Amino acid sequence: MTNNLYISTAIRFILLVLVQVLVFNNLNFLGFINPMVYLLFLYWYPIKQRRAIFILISFLLGFTVDVFSDTLAFHTVACVTMAFLRPTIMRFVFGVNYEFQSFKLANTTKAQQITFLALLILGHHTIFFLLEIFSLAHLLLLLKKIVFTSIGSILLCILFTSLFSVDKE
Amino acid sequence: MQQIINFILRNKTTLLYLFLVTLGLALSIQSHSYHRSRFFNSANWFAGSIYTAQSEVTSYFDLNAENEKLKQENTILRTMLYNEEEQDTLPVENESFNFKVVPAQVIKNSFALRNNYITIDKGKNDGVQQDMGVVTSEGVLGIVEHTTNKFASVQSLLNTKSNINAKIKNTNNFGSLKWDTNRFDVVQLEDIPRMVPLTIGDTIVTGAMSSIFPENIPIGVIKKFDLNASESFYSIDVSLFNDMTNIKEVYIINNMNSAEIRELEDQIRNDQ
Repeated sequence: MTNNLYISTAIRFILLVLVQVLVFNNLNFLGFINPMVYLLFLYWYPIKQRRAIFILISFLLGFTVDVFSDTLAFHTVACVTMAFLRPTIMRFVFGVNYEFQSFKLANTTKAQQITFLALLILGHHTIFFLLEIFSLAHLLLLLKKIVFTSIGSILLCILFTSLFSVDKE
Repeated sequence: MQQIINFILRNKTTLLYLFLVTLGLALSIQSHSYHRSRFFNSANWFAGSIYTAQSEVTSYFDLNAENEKLKQENTILRTMLYNEEEQDTLPVENESFNFKVVPAQVIKNSFALRNNYITIDKGKNDGVQQDMGVVTSEGVLGIVEHTTNKFASVQSLLNTKSNINAKIKNTNNFGSLKWDTNRFDVVQLEDIPRMVPLTIGDTIVTGAMSSIFPENIPIGVIKKFDLNASESFYSIDVSLFNDMTNIKEVYIINNMNSAEIRELEDQIRNDQ
């Protein structure tokens, strides 16, 4: 755990929140698609760190985005849940490899990375829109929002991961 | 005891997670009630300053369009002024005014959620308080829900909690304006009785039943109407005059009599 890691995580946190609230929350593509690229934080966060701290930081991340977008605590709940489930998802996607000390995200195949990202985003969006819509009477609307926003988020996140590749870390 | 401590230590991540999720859910459920948590919204100092900085940059991009809008509004106001009955003096702002108007700018807007809020750059310092009406030159926008010293957050028409008294222009048939969350340019007017003659294209304006808005502020036109399930009331789709996706200049209306009206209404409620 170096200083460098703290700083890069902090900068990533701030930049992702700003990009999310200032750019992507105003995108409204087709009237309702606002991709959530800030989830890349959960994707990029170092693997070998303490889980409790990761969950706390994710809480903070979700809460900050919530305060900015007036969606109090929907992002928070979704974000904390995904942070909690991340090890499970990683074990599912990367198999036993994930347990090894030498495991690095950059060493896995593209397909695995995308599956991991997609699962994070799908889980998050499902929780988020369930809370936001808060009734099963609008099931169709709920599904529409989950599916299309997820597609948007996944596409943009893949784009971002290839733009800011973390190979060097 | 030993076992309890061991249990906590073993499951500390899970317990932390459960604690944080409960906290989050509590906040969400609270936000579903009429007034949201007081501090955690984008009208706070921190979020407000960042949105102001953004707005200062982006507002240059549509200056031309905004100027054009203001010019049109001025034209309408001037036409009204010149056609007014002969008056040699214009009243200056004084005690006898029923409504005071404060201009403001939108620094954050959303319309893709179910409960949408707009943040504006005027707050307590400018005399903005809870339950004041917010309009644009085209029509009604929403109601102030929270204020901080420099910012206010406005419950937009596009909010499931929004409920505004509205009527059909030039009649006294009023109902309540709600939003079914389907489209950001259409809201619903409920509780208009079926004997009222309606035509598509009729204008909907604010009603006199509200202590928030003055009467006859335009809202939108009737797009389509059906009888509701009980067949005795209409359910009307109203397409808004405001383009909710593109709002910059707004006016906050302060009804000087609202405190008195509310006091009276409270008294009636207490008597019952």
